[in-house]
Amino acid sequence: MTSPVVDTVNLVKIYQDGGVPVPAVRGVDLRVEPGEFVAVMGPSGSGKSTLVHMLGGLEARTSGEIWLDGRRVDTLSESAWALLRRQKIGFVFQFFNLVANMTVADNVELPALLAGASAREARERREHLLGELGLTARADAAPSQLAGGEQQRVALARALANTPSLLLADEPTGNLDSRNTRDVLRLLGQVHRDGQTVILVTHDARVAGLADRVVSLLDGQIVDDGAVGAARRRPRGTAGDVVELRG
Amino acid sequence: MRLTLLALLAKEPAHGYELKQALEQIFGSAYPSPNIGQIYVTLGRLEKDGLVRAVDVEQSSRPNKKVYYLTAMGREALDTWADESSEGPRVRDEFFMKLVLAPMTGIADRTALINRQRRHYLTLMRDLNELAEQTDPGNRVALLLIEGAMLHLQADLDWLERCQEELS
Repeated sequence: MTSPVVDTVNLVKIYQDGGVPVPAVRGVDLRVEPGEFVAVMGPSGSGKSTLVHMLGGLEARTSGEIWLDGRRVDTLSESAWALLRRQKIGFVFQFFNLVANMTVADNVELPALLAGASAREARERREHLLGELGLTARADAAPSQLAGGEQQRVALARALANTPSLLLADEPTGNLDSRNTRDVLRLLGQVHRDGQTVILVTHDARVAGLADRVVSLLDGQIVDDGAVGAARRRPRGTAGDVVELRG
Repeated sequence: MRLTLLALLAKEPAHGYELKQALEQIFGSAYPSPNIGQIYVTLGRLEKDGLVRAVDVEQSSRPNKKVYYLTAMGREALDTWADESSEGPRVRDEFFMKLVLAPMTGIADRTALINRQRRHYLTLMRDLNELAEQTDPGNRVALLLIEGAMLHLQADLDWLERCQEELS
C-alpha cells in the first residue's frame, strides 16, 4: 500500500506576539493521497498560509506530527528539509522570493540544476514552462524588471522546474488578471493530470474549481473537507442556470 | 426571452427555428438553449400583443413556415428596453434568508449550510471551467458570458466567507 503524500497529526502552530500566544493552526489532521489536488480555502487569518508553510518545512510546528510519503519530517533539521524540498517539493510563495541578481531563466533552471539535472534538461524544462506561462520573451530579464503578475508566474515555473511530486502554493493567482490566470489554470490542470500532488491555498474560485477536494479552515481548524462534485454536463441545473439566474 | 426574440427580429425577420439557432450561435453552450416550443409560445404571445406579425411562407413539399417580423410597437418596446438600466445585484438572496432564519428555528446548523453552499458553488465553478475549455476561443461573447458567471460565483464565495466569519 502506498503511503499518503501528506499526513498531519494534530498539527499546531502558536506564534508568540510579545509574550502573548497567538494560535494560528489548532489541531489539523490532514491526509492527502498521491495525485490529489487539494484547495485550502478560508478567510484571511484562518491559518491557511501557516499550514502550507509547515508542510513545506518553511515554518516549524509547535506540536503535532507531519509525515511526507510515510516518513516523519517535523523533526528534521533545516538542511534535511532543504534537501527534501529539492528532491520532491515545489513551493510557490505568495511574495515570489525570486533571486534578484539572476535572470528569469536562471531562477527557473536553478532548482533543477541543484537537484542534479543536466544543463540541457534544465534548459528544456525551463523553456517549456516559460512557454506555457507566456513568459518566453522575458527569459533574460531580471526579476525587478517584471510586473507583479509576471513574477508570480516565474515563481510557479520555478516551483515546477523539478517536476516535484508535491506542489505547494500560496495564492498562486493572487496577482494575475483573467488571461494570465487562464494560463496558470491550464498548467496546474496539466500538472494534476501528470499525477503530481497539488495542495494550494487560494481565494480564487476558478483555481478551487480545478481541485478534487476543498479543505476549509476557520480559526486554525478544518471546518469542512470534502470532494468537489465532478464536472458533468447536465442539460439543466448547472452552469447554464448560473448564467440564467443573473440574466 | 420576449425581448431577446424582439432584438433578434429587429436584425432580420426569421422563423422560430432560426431564432433558436441564432441564440445558440451567439451565446454558445453557456447559455441555456431555449426549447423550440418555448420560442413558439413566446412568439405567439408577442403576436397577440401586437409586437410582432407573422407571414406564411410557402415551401415546396413541406408545410408553410411562419416568418416573424417586428412591428412599430415591437420596435418601441425594444427601444424602451435598451434605454432602461438592467437589474442590479440581488438583495433578496434565498440562501441568505435560509442562513439567517434556519438556525433560529433549529432546523439547520449554520456551518453545515455554509459548507454545503460552498461545495455547490465550487461544483458550478468546475462546470464553468470545463465549459470555458470546450468553448471555441474565437467566440468572445460566449467566453465573456462564462467569465461573468465566474465573477458572480467568486463574489458569492467571498460573501459566504464573510458570513462564516461573522455569523458562525
